[in-house]
Amino acid sequence: MKKIKLNIKAIPNLRKATMVSIEKLSEKTIATTEIANNFLTDIADASLFILQVFKETFSRKFEFREFLHQCFQIGYKSLPLISITGAIMGIVLTIQTRPVLVDFGAVTMLPGMVAISLIREMGPVITALICAGKIGSGMGAELGSMRVTEQIDAMEVSSTNPMRYLVVTRVLAATLMIPLLTLYADAWGIVGSWAAANIKGDVSYVLFFSQAFKQVEFIDLLPAVVKTFFFGAVIGLVGCYKGYNAGRGTESVGIAANSAVVLASLLVIVIDVIAVQITDMM
Amino acid sequence: MTTDNTDIKMNTATEDANKKLVIEIKNLQKSFGKEEVLKDVSLQLFESENLVVLGKSGTGKSVLIKCIVRLLDFNGGTINVFDKDVAALDRKELAEMRQKIGFLFQSGALYDSMTVKENLEFPLRRIKKGISAKKMKDKIHEVLENVGLADSLNKMPSQLSGGMRKRISLARTIVVDPMILLYDEPTTGLDPVTSDGISTLILDVQKKYKTASIIITHDIKCARKTANRIIMLDAGGVYKEGTLEDFDNAEDELIQSFFR
Repeated sequence: MKKIKLNIKAIPNLRKATMVSIEKLSEKTIATTEIANNFLTDIADASLFILQVFKETFSRKFEFREFLHQCFQIGYKSLPLISITGAIMGIVLTIQTRPVLVDFGAVTMLPGMVAISLIREMGPVITALICAGKIGSGMGAELGSMRVTEQIDAMEVSSTNPMRYLVVTRVLAATLMIPLLTLYADAWGIVGSWAAANIKGDVSYVLFFSQAFKQVEFIDLLPAVVKTFFFGAVIGLVGCYKGYNAGRGTESVGIAANSAVVLASLLVIVIDVIAVQITDMM
Repeated sequence: MTTDNTDIKMNTATEDANKKLVIEIKNLQKSFGKEEVLKDVSLQLFESENLVVLGKSGTGKSVLIKCIVRLLDFNGGTINVFDKDVAALDRKELAEMRQKIGFLFQSGALYDSMTVKENLEFPLRRIKKGISAKKMKDKIHEVLENVGLADSLNKMPSQLSGGMRKRISLARTIVVDPMILLYDEPTTGLDPVTSDGISTLILDVQKKYKTASIIITHDIKCARKTANRIIMLDAGGVYKEGTLEDFDNAEDELIQSFFR
């Protein structure tokens, strides 16, 4: 039987190496636990925030003036951007699909195809993503800077509920305005499509629009409009949550604005996937 | 000197006995995580007096007044405002209590998106419900006159200098006739002349509106001008309490470092 020779001199080194490994492992475990803990705390905070928004939404005192002001800020002030985006969507869609349809001799299908694409998918998603960038970041930055400069605290000590005044009005305004902006973008998209169709062909607007709307049914419009309410609510909630809970330094304003855009855009896409699945089952 | 001090103390004690207590804090404790900012703070504020709270940065002076209006929840002790336990107030009672207290923030905290007029109208509409347009206009004009900025009505906060922002912020605080004023470092970041102007304004407000005030500061000139009584915070507790003369005559090194 072969004897195993024990190197006694190596034992302290082995012990040291083991201790270092255990320390590294425990550091990693602590770091992982902290990440998990922070994640769960964030989820709990966000859930409480949403619950509070719901509670304040249905309270008797509603800040109607501020709500109208926010509708103006979110809706009216986004019109130029949404007009350009909508028209470009229609133009690009038409320019890219027309050659294929010409090859198949189906160019008459162009208005209907563009209208359905815009109304069902492109209009809602592109408008929501544009609004997540413009409105979500705006809310995150505005409320974040209000937090940093103690304006939210000042509101609270002057017996005004900042959640009701700042958050509920913005979330409701976004929920109401995004569907309207989407319909507006769809309309500009079809106008843009007609313009693009006239670059290479000659189509009267009466013929183009009648062909476009002939193909669109109520079932195309309904799910698309319903999901935009959710897009609006998510953009408003995420923007306000990030801004309202911003840290105390000026750096946190940038972080709030940035994370609001990223998270709102991501959630818009997630909601869209779910909405498409539900629509498909109908 | 000792006799004078004793006289002052006796006078103060007699005055205190006659005056009504508006804020009473007992054994206040406040921690942020493991860091104990306030370990054991007790103080009293009487009607129509200016109480200056002195202390080094980070001793919890601002935390103290934020606990009074419950912008921060505290971990232990009691705060009574007009004999009501602040910690036990529900949301409606808390809102009612806050209507009696004006809070001047260190940064001014003017609403950036509103003009000076709208900044002043904002608390008036909410606290003085049903106030007529004429009364509101008169009140705004009165407080702006008092802070010497009657011509700034339609300016945006971004168009105002640091001193002007502080003055407008003070106007917004006093426009709703509060009974207690909490000043969070009212002269920080201002030049000596403007600081002196703000200190004078604090005194004028006290005389005109008979308010009781807690003034958080580490500006000794401001403390000398405005204080009826001084409390110094250190290491999470009350280090010394007394009149300006008590502090001037103290031989303690920490106090001397402020008053020298």
